[in-house]
Amino acid sequence: MSVSADKSIDCKGLSCPEPVLKTKIAINGMESGQVLEMLSTDPGSANDIAAWANRTGNELIETSENDGVWQFFIRKS
Amino acid sequence: MSDQKPKKIAIIALHGSLDLAYPPLILASTAVAMDMEAAIFFTFYGLDIINKNKNKSLGVAPLANPAAPMPVPNIVGAMPGMTMMATAMMKSWMNKANVAPISKLLDMCFENGVKMIGCQMTMDVMGVKKEDLMDGVEIGGAATFLDFAVDSDISLSF
Repeated sequence: MSVSADKSIDCKGLSCPEPVLKTKIAINGMESGQVLEMLSTDPGSANDIAAWANRTGNELIETSENDGVWQFFIRKS
Repeated sequence: MSDQKPKKIAIIALHGSLDLAYPPLILASTAVAMDMEAAIFFTFYGLDIINKNKNKSLGVAPLANPAAPMPVPNIVGAMPGMTMMATAMMKSWMNKANVAPISKLLDMCFENGVKMIGCQMTMDVMGVKKEDLMDGVEIGGAATFLDFAVDSDISLSF
């Protein structure tokens, strides 16, 4: 499945809690149904973004990791 | 989750050392990003975290702290300059791990609506004036904090 993003943010190099905070800010500026791509090198992000999505009701469509870079696709609720 | 009453987290920040300034700010800023409401009650030495004249020079002491960035025997830790060295070491750790500095975490708390409460009674005790504290700090006492905390889902003290 290939997901196309309406917006992409780069959180590579940032540590907790910044990837989550930047994801939230980006989502706030988007329309319902739009998809955000977020890239992170923080290993905690995998669990953190899942927890954040679960709590905020946004949908984590896809998570993948390649060479230490996590890629998340999140659909705004 | 917007159809539900937001979850709330109430935090007390009692200490003014560098290591103990991180957890309240990280948890509160993350909580608001998770659609929760967050408040931090800064009391006693914790006031230093929101004190414009002091929060750029928060330190960490190696004395009686076996987990300090620079673990040294207490007799050495008590010597002049050791707190400065441990503080520099901790800042360098944090920087290397790309952890946001305290100033940035504070901005994120203020910008995203964390309720930042300065404790009036300890301000009086320690001679801290309202103008010493960052803009956006609300001044209040135990009742102000408890009014927020009474129906909080999480309550923590650092």
